[in-house]
Amino acid sequence: MHPWAWWSWALGLTVAATRTTSTPALGLIVVAALLVATLSRGDGPRGRAFPGFVLLAVAVVVLRLVFHVVVGIKTPGTVVLDLPRVPMPDWAVGVELFGPVTTTGLATAATGGLRLAALVLCIGAAATLTSAARTLRTLPAALHQLGTAVVIATNVAPALVAAAARVRRAQRLRGVSGRGPRAVVSTAMPVLADALDQSLALAASMDSRGFAGTHGRRDRRVTPLLLTALLSTTLGTYGLLDPTAPRWMGLPLLVLGAASGAVGSLLAGRLVRRTRFRRETWGPGATLLTACGAGAAGLVLLTQGAASGPAVATLAALALAPLLLSVHPEVPA
Amino acid sequence: MIRLDDVTVTYPGAAAPTLRSVDLHIGEGELCLVVGPTGAGKTTLLRAVCGLVPHFTGGLLEGAVTVAGRDTRTHRPRDLADVVGVVLQDPAQGFVAETVEDELVYAMEQLGLSPSVMRTRVEETLDLLGLVDLRRSPVRDLSGGEQQRVAIGAVLTAHPRVLVLDEPTSALDPAAAEDVLAAVTRLVHDLGLTVLVAEHRLERVVQYADRVVNVAPDGTVRSGSAGEMMQHSSVAPPIVELGRVAGWDPLPLSVRDARRRAAPLRARLTDALGADGPAAPPTDAPGPADRAETATAPVAQLSADAVHVRYPRTWAVRGVDLVLHGGEVTALMGRNGAGKSSLLWALAGAGPRASGRVTLADGTDPARLRPSDARRRVALVPQNPLDLLYLTSVAAECRAADQQAGAQPGTTARRLESLAGTIDPQAHPRDLSEGQRLALVLAVQLSADATVLLLDEPTRGLDYAAKRRLAQLLREHAARGGAVLLSSHDVEFVADAAARVVVLAGGEVVADGSARDVLTASPTFAPQVSKVLHPIDLLTVAQVAAALAVTA
Repeated sequence: MHPWAWWSWALGLTVAATRTTSTPALGLIVVAALLVATLSRGDGPRGRAFPGFVLLAVAVVVLRLVFHVVVGIKTPGTVVLDLPRVPMPDWAVGVELFGPVTTTGLATAATGGLRLAALVLCIGAAATLTSAARTLRTLPAALHQLGTAVVIATNVAPALVAAAARVRRAQRLRGVSGRGPRAVVSTAMPVLADALDQSLALAASMDSRGFAGTHGRRDRRVTPLLLTALLSTTLGTYGLLDPTAPRWMGLPLLVLGAASGAVGSLLAGRLVRRTRFRRETWGPGATLLTACGAGAAGLVLLTQGAASGPAVATLAALALAPLLLSVHPEVPA
Repeated sequence: MIRLDDVTVTYPGAAAPTLRSVDLHIGEGELCLVVGPTGAGKTTLLRAVCGLVPHFTGGLLEGAVTVAGRDTRTHRPRDLADVVGVVLQDPAQGFVAETVEDELVYAMEQLGLSPSVMRTRVEETLDLLGLVDLRRSPVRDLSGGEQQRVAIGAVLTAHPRVLVLDEPTSALDPAAAEDVLAAVTRLVHDLGLTVLVAEHRLERVVQYADRVVNVAPDGTVRSGSAGEMMQHSSVAPPIVELGRVAGWDPLPLSVRDARRRAAPLRARLTDALGADGPAAPPTDAPGPADRAETATAPVAQLSADAVHVRYPRTWAVRGVDLVLHGGEVTALMGRNGAGKSSLLWALAGAGPRASGRVTLADGTDPARLRPSDARRRVALVPQNPLDLLYLTSVAAECRAADQQAGAQPGTTARRLESLAGTIDPQAHPRDLSEGQRLALVLAVQLSADATVLLLDEPTRGLDYAAKRRLAQLLREHAARGGAVLLSSHDVEFVADAAARVVVLAGGEVVADGSARDVLTASPTFAPQVSKVLHPIDLLTVAQVAAALAVTA
């Protein structure tokens, strides 16, 4: 499967999750992301990472509820938990600790939490189902350095976590207890020293395998173009996702960002003389996936939040469509 | 192919040069073995050849290094990528891609080769190194031997004319090491590659080497044919030591050479050992093999009963029963991934244990003790000794160890001195040699006077002298009534140090018996001396020398 097919499906769902006004629709997106990621993930280290995203999503919902109870603005409604208000000093005007917790308030907080959880799960599903290395290899040659950095980070970060666990286990052998600032120092020292050694070894290995050996001189126009692209894409995405933002912040800025990004990459790419072994192929399966993602996003945008029953059902069908691919593996990826 | 002209390398801040006036010419198609004690500059020599010294490491390089006509003064390592392939120690640290295939193409992509060329070379390399079935596997999930072959393949795809390997087999079990070395010798013979390889365990490679380069501790280098260099080398494999004891000239380098010459020696030994020969070894042989029998009423210092260790996907240890007696050194052997480390950690009470019982001499379970109490009974030295050390000087580590163990101040420092001689107390633990680090960790772990000592692969990166000292030390610990269990891939070390050998496979005990019985039973585990002298059951040169001394 082409990595961008998964990403466009996931991004489509994220747009849908951000803009939908219906809680059932949100719940369906969460379920779809969970199901698709769990059923389609591979056996490798990436596949094993998905439970981490699930934990993060649960934590987000729980935190959102806790924050609502502690500092949230209490809406009127049926009171479920009558906590006394704690008066705050004058300098903290507008902040209120505790107070009566109502069903409506809780429901709003839960929906907000669910929305964030849906985002986390969609991105998590895409990250689990695609390889960062393969995704970045489809980017223009100019982003090659960035791609290499991300691949190294994705390789080194799990190694660092494993090293920390290994060192803590070893320290216990010495009778060093696992708590307190002393323990942090005793774990951090070997782990960081190891990480430094490892990055040096990696750099040496890359250097002697010809990394950056065929790069030409830099083009001065590249940096401003790429900066423009980055800024306008960020602002444009914000404009698109926030319904209250002015209209010019949405699509026009995104188009400008894409254009300057493309020109910048082309210019920079001309300087890199490296080749690619295997190009990712875009098959009917990828088209189907992308269509599902785009369909979900379009549906929510067109129906102003997909609040009606039929809209929710269609959304669910679109979100769950990738499961067809795992049921029918003969669909060419 | 490789020329070093009067090369001197000095690292910044170092008092003396690491390499001193090195003149070396290595011809095309040679397999050249770099030997020398730890810390002598073997790695520096290898890195100078591929340009990493001084471009990457810093330091001052005087003289000239030329590889395939390219001078490293004007060529950076990346400019040499198409002529020199280098695999550094611990290949897993050098991986840049996720899957085997991507790792293999990395160098070619950097060199800008066309996709069709890449495709044919990937297939060739997969075949050459026997990696076809692994092409889509994640590199992190491979075993040590497979990772090493992938790392070699990853540099071979660029079609280099020189291959530089730094300790390619140090982490591998005997069978995996054979695989890697077979692949390397094939490259030399079939492709005419020039190979420069550093290795501590000479017994594995010396017979394949056309030339041996000896790096002395002062940084000077001598080179010559393997036979003549072994004549006077301070580091020599057991087979060469045997040749010296037997007075053979020229010295044999392979088991086959030695075996063809060994008939008279075998006859002398059979005489010396008496009519019933191998069954009754000389009582005064210094070998540890007899200690188990001579020890009076051994005390079970640690007993394991049906120990299981489970990880999310596999059972690492399945139902191991094991009793460690006081006064006995036991070796734990087996493939990479056979469950040796898991078993050691479970026995120490510090690792996971799914079921089963572990009891100490007085019936307590080490897993139920607090870590600070458990270490007074069982000491474990983990695979990477540096994990235990976190302070910035040797003296500080020793003080902390005394304090943590509640020992008299100075105990650890004194023990360290008896293990490794004088070490600069202000030195940073990471700057010590492998042998000194191991000694420091041993001293730290023994500061609480544990009776049971467990060591996970203690011989990695140790030279022959350091291994002899370690074996001596383990025997002394056993002689004081302690029990020792060590895991190792190094058959020669095990033959020297251990009285009993336990072999694990797939988490189960497949063999448990005296070192002599277990080691001579299988060709993979047999030490060189026993291969040469078969059917006489002697394992080490020391045992042979002692047997010969009886007749003299």
